[in-house]
Amino acid sequence: MEGEIVVKTKRVEQGTLLILLVIALIFPLLSERYMLSVGISILIMALLGQSWNIMSGYAGQFSFGHAAFFGLGAYTSSILYIDFNISPWVGMIAGMCVAALVGVLIGFLSFRYKLRGDFFALVTLAFAEILRVLFNNTKALKGATGILIPYKDAWKEFQFANDRIFYFIILGMVILATLFIGVMSRRKFGIFLIAIKENQEAAGSLGVPVLQYKLVAMAISAAIAAMAGTFYAQYYGFIDPTVVFVSSISVEAIVPCIIGGAGTLGGPLLGALVIIPLQELSNNLFEGINGMNMIIYGVLIVLFVVFCRDGIYGTVIRRLKGARS
Amino acid sequence: MEALKAVDICKSFRGNMAVNHASMDVKAGEITGLIGANGAGKTTLFNCISGYYPATSGKVVYKGEEVQHKTAQHLCHMGIARTFQIAKPFGMLSALDNVAVGGYNKAKSRKEAYQIAEKSLEMVELLDRKDNLAMLLNTGEQRRLELARALATQPEVLLLDEVMAGLTPTESREMIKLIKKVNNAGITILMIEHIMPVIMSLSNYVYVMERGKMIAQGLPEEVANNPKVIESYLGKGLEVE
Repeated sequence: MEGEIVVKTKRVEQGTLLILLVIALIFPLLSERYMLSVGISILIMALLGQSWNIMSGYAGQFSFGHAAFFGLGAYTSSILYIDFNISPWVGMIAGMCVAALVGVLIGFLSFRYKLRGDFFALVTLAFAEILRVLFNNTKALKGATGILIPYKDAWKEFQFANDRIFYFIILGMVILATLFIGVMSRRKFGIFLIAIKENQEAAGSLGVPVLQYKLVAMAISAAIAAMAGTFYAQYYGFIDPTVVFVSSISVEAIVPCIIGGAGTLGGPLLGALVIIPLQELSNNLFEGINGMNMIIYGVLIVLFVVFCRDGIYGTVIRRLKGARS
Repeated sequence: MEALKAVDICKSFRGNMAVNHASMDVKAGEITGLIGANGAGKTTLFNCISGYYPATSGKVVYKGEEVQHKTAQHLCHMGIARTFQIAKPFGMLSALDNVAVGGYNKAKSRKEAYQIAEKSLEMVELLDRKDNLAMLLNTGEQRRLELARALATQPEVLLLDEVMAGLTPTESREMIKLIKKVNNAGITILMIEHIMPVIMSLSNYVYVMERGKMIAQGLPEEVANNPKVIESYLGKGLEVE
């Protein structure tokens, strides 16, 4: 027996996701290659956003260093591929495990010393920077030259001549991540994460194993970011520390959540769908001005934080549930 | 028989002794009250007992086991639940989900957790608001929600920190009835309270704190007539020659 509010919210949620799915399926029908690459950019950002969403949107542990996990994913699969000839598919799983472990390590160290909020965010930022410097200066990790992925068109190599296949793979990943969050958010795991975000002490005194849940959320979040990293490496064919470990990647994980709505199922998807086209538009309008997209991110974040804290989709959901924002 | 014992608890914050060698027994099945003026150290003692932070020294004994080093989360699994002086609802969760968080403490399945949650909400008469976000409930309702959440963990001992604070007279009367109902269901209660009539009507036994120390204990009427207690609350009488 479910109340009216619950049913109504569920319907809007499902409706939004359905519309987003339809839009996602229209993209590959467009024959232009450029449009397809825009679609892939949107989906990479959506995947990064969903990854950030679990740890920071739902569990409330604000990360400013998701580039660390993204980069670890990209590097693990690429090094395994180049040096050991291991299929990037296997490398992707390995990368996810490495990122999850590092995530748990960062979380354990931070939470043990009771770091929260801004301080925790700074630690994640520092870790990403440490990794960038480390990879940039370590020869065994290919140093500043980075890794060029040789092009061989085959499923086993995670390489495709046809960008449509890439598109459907990243779409599949986004759908998987979204399904996971959708199922999670209605179960014990999701409810506990929100309880931890809302009030850690109260959650603990109700028997919620706060530390374990935060660490698991970090591990899952890191693993999904790593997945996006491997995809990035395979799709673009080139990575170096200044591409995958930079803070702009961390920002790309945060922005869709802020614009769309952190801690909601559809928010990061909608956010990515709004931002990337905007970014493409600005790149065309202000040709030759480097970093214009970052300026746009900055302005958007300020505007949303001041005027629309819950994001576009988050505001709708809040209103439906009757909450003032 | 004592359900819960605090023995010689001290808690200092950077040298400031908030609780100074305080001891108390909470008898199983009873309602034990802890009173004292503002700043007497009631909540600090309470926080040490409930595992919110560790005591500087002293022991807490629950069912014969020393538990002073256990966290609140652990104590909750063992059967000690608490409410907070300032209600801490999970604002963006529905009332039912709020209580289900507590329900999962003993439940083996999602279904069971929600059954427990509904029962607890019914007990505090909030079932009709179960789908509302906790942030939309008013102060009185949020307090009852807090109580329902603690009840859903299925505790043997319930620690209540000023559940009457901020309630209207009508809400207070209902809360008193509710606490009696909870106690009648077999749950041992330790409550901090400010309002004397509430403590008088509810408690079987009362402890009085002043400046971190226990200054009196006894049956409610004994304590109410104890000169030390009167002095603590009202100050010394004027001595006229």
